[in-house]
Amino acid sequence: RTQIELKMQCLLFIVLFALGVHTTYGVELTYELEDNSKQCFFQDITKDTRATMEYQVISGGRYDVDCTIEDPDGLKLYSEKRKQYDSYAWDAQKTGAYQICFSNEFSTITHKVIYFSMIVGDEKPLVDTMDRATALNQMETSCVTIHEGMKNVIASQTHFRLRESLGRVFAEGINTRVQIWSAIQVTIMIIVMVGQVFVLRGLFNTKKPFTRTDT
Amino acid sequence: RAVLIFLLFVHCSYAIYFHVGEKEKKCFIEELPEDTMVTGKYKAQLWDKRSNQYLDSTPGMGMHVEIKDPESKVLLSKSYGSEGAFTFTSHTPGEHQICIHSNSTKWSLFAGGRIRVHLDIQVGENTNDYSQIAAKDKLTELQLRVRQLLDQVQQIQKEQNYQRYREERFRQTSENTNARVLWWSLAQSAVLVIAGIWQMRHLKGFFEAKKFCS
Repeated sequence: RTQIELKMQCLLFIVLFALGVHTTYGVELTYELEDNSKQCFFQDITKDTRATMEYQVISGGRYDVDCTIEDPDGLKLYSEKRKQYDSYAWDAQKTGAYQICFSNEFSTITHKVIYFSMIVGDEKPLVDTMDRATALNQMETSCVTIHEGMKNVIASQTHFRLRESLGRVFAEGINTRVQIWSAIQVTIMIIVMVGQVFVLRGLFNTKKPFTRTDT
Repeated sequence: RAVLIFLLFVHCSYAIYFHVGEKEKKCFIEELPEDTMVTGKYKAQLWDKRSNQYLDSTPGMGMHVEIKDPESKVLLSKSYGSEGAFTFTSHTPGEHQICIHSNSTKWSLFAGGRIRVHLDIQVGENTNDYSQIAAKDKLTELQLRVRQLLDQVQQIQKEQNYQRYREERFRQTSENTNARVLWWSLAQSAVLVIAGIWQMRHLKGFFEAKKFCS
C-alpha cells in the first residue's frame, strides 16, 4: 500500500513539476560580458513547450557576440558567430536544462554589454481559477485583445530602447574620440611647429664654419 | 504535503540559472524609468562533490545583494541566506546595477567553489501578483483585467517619459559633438596660421642675424 502511495506522490510531483515549469514565463537580463570570456545560462524547459530567445549587444567593440543554444543532451540547436542581434524560437523536443551561451572569446580587449530575453511557454493566467476553457464574454475578450496589444507595445518599446541605447553609446564614443583626437592633434602640431624651426636652425648652424672660412 | 507542493512551486518559478565561482561577483543591468518597482528572487545552490549534485541549502551560506542607482549610489546592500528576495523602487531613471556575490569562503573549501544561482528579476507591471490583488480588493474577473490593462498603460507611459529624457540626453551628446568638431576646426585653422606666422618671423630673424640676407 505504501508503495502505491509513494507512486501516487511521485506522479503528483511530476505533474506539479511539469505545471510549475510551465508557468515560468519571461525573463530579461542585461549584463556585462568580460573580454575573452564565456557566460552560460540554463533554463529548464518541458517537452513540447515553445521557447523564444532574443539577444542584442548594446555596447562594446563591434557590437558582436557568439551565441549558442544547446539542448539537454548537448546537441547544438543554434550557433551563430559574431552576431549583433538575433532571435531564435524553438519547440523543446526534450525535457531538461537548455543551455544558452554567450561568448566573447574572440575579443581580447573589449568587454560587452548584452541584453537577452527568454520567453518560455504561455503567459500564466491572472488568477489560478481563471480557466482558459471557460467562455469569455465580449468585454473580457476585448480586454484580452487589448492586453495582447499592450504586450506588443511594450515589446517594441523595449526594442526601441535597446536600439536607442546602442546609438547613444556610439554617439558618446564619437564624442570622446573627437575630444581625444583634437588633444592629440594639438600636441602634434605644436611639436612639429617647434621641431621644424629647431631643425632648420640646426641645419644652418652646422654650415657656419664653412661660411666663416670663405670670408 | 501542502508545504512541499508550495516549495516545489517556488522552486519551479525560477526562470533561469547560471554558475559562478566562489568569490565571483555577477552584475546585471536594468534600465529603468523612474518610480518603477523591481522584484528579484534568487536561490543559490552549492555543488557537492560527494553526491555529485547541487545541494538545495548549505548552512552558513549567504549571498550579498547590492543595488546601485545611475549615480552609483547604493540603493540596497544586504546579505541574505542562500535563498532570498529583494524589492526596490527606482527614483532616478537610468541604468541600475544589481550585483550578487557569495559572502563566505568557509564552505567553499570542500565544495570546489561552484555555485548555481537561480535568478528571476521582474520589472514594473510584471511584479504585480494579480491573484493577491483580486483577493484583497475583491475584484471581479473583468475588473481585474481592466486593472491589468491600466497597470500596463501606466508602465508604457513611464517608459515613454523615460524615452523622452533619453532622447534629450542623446541629442545633447550629438550637439556637443557637433559643437566640438566645429570649434576644433576653427581652432585648428587659427593654430595653423599662428604657427606659420611665428615660424616665418622666427626664421627671418634668425637668418638676418646670421647675415644670410639683409
